[in-house]
Amino acid sequence: MERFSLDAAHLLAGGMVLVSFMMLYQNRILGLLNVFAAHAVVLALSVAWQAYIQHAPHLYVTAALALILKAALIPLALHRMVLRLGVHRTIETVGGIGLTMLMGMMLVALSMVVMLPAAADADPIAREDLALALSVILLGLLMMVTRQNAISQIIGFMSLENGLILAATGAKGMPLVVEISVAFSVLVAFIVIGVFLFRIRERFDTIDTQVLDDFRGGRE
Amino acid sequence: MPIVVALASIAGLFGVAIAMPFLVSRPGLATKVAYVASAALCLPLLGVGLFGLLGGNASHGELTLPFGLPWIGIHFALDALSSFFLILVDLGAVVASVYALGYGKHEHHPGRVLPFYPAFLAAMNLVVLAADAFGFLVSWEFMSLSSWALVLSSHHDGDNRRAGYIYMLMASFGTMMLLLAFGLLAGTEGHYAFSMMRLSAHLPWVAGLVLVLMTLGAGSKAGLVPLHVWLPLAHPAAPSHVSALMSGIMTKVAVYGFIRVVFDLAGPPSWWWAVVVLIMGSVSAVLGVLQAVLQRDLKRLLAYSTVENIGIIFIGLGLALAFKTNGMAGPAALAATAALFHAFNHSLFKSLLFFGAGNVLTGTGERDIEKLGGLIHRMPRTAYIFLGGCLAISALPPLNGFVSEWLTLQAILISPNLPQWGLRFLVPASGAMLAFAAALAGACFVRAFGITFLSRPRSPVAETAVEAEPVSLRAMMALLLLCLVAGVFPGVFLDAFGPAAHVLVGSSMPPQPLLPTLSIIPISESRSSYSGFLVFFFIMMASWAAIRVIHNLASRAHRRGPAWDCGYPDPSPVIQYTADSFAQPIRRVFGPIAFSAQIETFMPPPGDSRPARLKLSLRDLVWETVYAPLQHWVMFAAERLNVLQFLTIRSYLSLVFAALVGLLFLVATWA
Repeated sequence: MERFSLDAAHLLAGGMVLVSFMMLYQNRILGLLNVFAAHAVVLALSVAWQAYIQHAPHLYVTAALALILKAALIPLALHRMVLRLGVHRTIETVGGIGLTMLMGMMLVALSMVVMLPAAADADPIAREDLALALSVILLGLLMMVTRQNAISQIIGFMSLENGLILAATGAKGMPLVVEISVAFSVLVAFIVIGVFLFRIRERFDTIDTQVLDDFRGGRE
Repeated sequence: MPIVVALASIAGLFGVAIAMPFLVSRPGLATKVAYVASAALCLPLLGVGLFGLLGGNASHGELTLPFGLPWIGIHFALDALSSFFLILVDLGAVVASVYALGYGKHEHHPGRVLPFYPAFLAAMNLVVLAADAFGFLVSWEFMSLSSWALVLSSHHDGDNRRAGYIYMLMASFGTMMLLLAFGLLAGTEGHYAFSMMRLSAHLPWVAGLVLVLMTLGAGSKAGLVPLHVWLPLAHPAAPSHVSALMSGIMTKVAVYGFIRVVFDLAGPPSWWWAVVVLIMGSVSAVLGVLQAVLQRDLKRLLAYSTVENIGIIFIGLGLALAFKTNGMAGPAALAATAALFHAFNHSLFKSLLFFGAGNVLTGTGERDIEKLGGLIHRMPRTAYIFLGGCLAISALPPLNGFVSEWLTLQAILISPNLPQWGLRFLVPASGAMLAFAAALAGACFVRAFGITFLSRPRSPVAETAVEAEPVSLRAMMALLLLCLVAGVFPGVFLDAFGPAAHVLVGSSMPPQPLLPTLSIIPISESRSSYSGFLVFFFIMMASWAAIRVIHNLASRAHRRGPAWDCGYPDPSPVIQYTADSFAQPIRRVFGPIAFSAQIETFMPPPGDSRPARLKLSLRDLVWETVYAPLQHWVMFAAERLNVLQFLTIRSYLSLVFAALVGLLFLVATWA
């Protein structure tokens, strides 16, 4: 049983890394939203599994929050937003897919090299969870850096946050209050960003951040 | 326990500081309350210091309070060294507070001075008592900030604002250096208490780096050249009793910090430490006094003279390091005691002189000595007390300045016994610098006193000067008396400073004999001895005899005649000897080297009615060679980095991302 619970935890956390890679090369926005929803579902499963093996019922709440907010509410809202903004057919230029994937792989390797010795004394679940969570965080950041579309950047940010939740639940003893407040702060951030998206769109007719930079004056 | 009394008094000082803003609506009352309370609260601290220095181990102690860093608290300790500096700080503080009872009445904006003054006193006491790096740095920074606020008390003057800005920069730089030094001393385990630092062994390069950092950090506060630039700007900008505290006392607190870390915490010294300290000390002594000779602003002159005296103290400390590293216990104790004694003496006479300058400033509203003159008639008591201070700082026997400089020179004379050739050459050279600085200091104070108090008034304000308040004069009298006592009975003081010197070098000077002539014997009687008492006695006898002879043989009537004016009885005081003309020979000799002095003369041809002109330009080489390039590079880097203000969001994100990945990479490769 011990062995199985470990393997399952790793499978789920590894699944998140895999889905992160899927997001990295997904260049259609609606597709990206679906992959993000899948990311959140895997997160919810992973957190629920942690709750089961750690006998920590409050983690179920975290899992439920992840499932409701991130797997359903936010993707649905983003979906509507994309339709209303009329950008659902645009195909984003992601840059060299191969190069990005290669960088992603190197990031995963880096986080393994860093985390496994650093957390050598922790128990195996937490240790490898931490390494995988760091990979997810780095991949989320990479996505924010490589994308130009504001919505893709938001999704990168959200997936980064998923990595944080994964790391938090892997370590025992994270209070529920912290997780709930993190979840709600993400929700608030999402609302604020959503409002801004529409304002930007109203003003500039686009949500491509590259175009926004071209608009900006005062640069040398 | 004494330390509890000390901390309670410090808390009281903070209480006074906090109470002050509620009293400023009644300035007269607030002034009285602030200074009386400060003096009253510093008296127990002075008592604790005396008790700690003279009472031996029984009176020392430690205390940990649950403030500051969580779980660690904040440590305080009292030993012979901190007792010595506690005496120094609180003696100055008590006298300055009494002086300010009179001087403070002339303050235009008491609300800008009164809250910070007790806080400044409290902070200086806390620095001396702190026994861990955290407490020390917090108190140190608090001392800097409160004195900064006092410097800016008359901030309507643009020069004062500039002084405050430069002071702030240099103080931050100094604290940064101290922070790094303590970080090195704490090591990887992070032992921030002084007792732990003292026990742990430091690698030679760590200890050497600590010395360099302390020289920069504490040296910038004390005013070592080339870190002194803020000092002649900031010290004169503050109200005079605060100038006295900053120049007389705060620089000594910086010396305390240097001594505490370098002699006490950093472990056994290497011989090159002495080289660094001696060179810094000698250069400060000479450049400080050269600048002082040329100043026309009385308070700035005194501030530059502080740079010189700090140089002398550091020469003593460098000698102590040189002897300590070679295991020469007796000479090391001599040099350390001389440095401590000079620190003590300087705190006395520099406070006295700044008080005198304060009297002149309130009496005339003028700091430029070229516009003063003849004040001895209008403010005779200030004049005579100031003269006493000038004699003391010029190291004339039988006053105290002579004793400490003489002791330092005695220590220099032992240097041929040092095994390192570098030191054998360097120490006599710094001795020559010390002698040179002492001579120029004499010239400097002859000029300061003569131009200010003698001759005829050079401006209407000097003609209508008014004498200072009696209470201020009494405070100055007390200091002058202390200078005389320390000069006439130096043996008592040397014996008392023994335990403090023991903390520095692990040995103290042998007890000085009281009989038969109250003389002090630094090494052995066959070699040299000095009796301040005998010198004093003979000076008194000779003066008395001369007065008797003159009064018996000549007429007793007082006569007032015109001052000798080169045979030209011109009513205008402009043709008198001026401060600049007095300094001219010295400027002629040293100006071209020390200040790149250039003189342009314009002599109109015959028949031309334009006036002849002489234009003298002096350059501050320290500023031009050290600070101007630094400023240039900072501006250059700021211009280049300005690009970072205007990047796109994605570029910022990429930078963050790259930094994160780079750090992770570092962590991965480190292990």
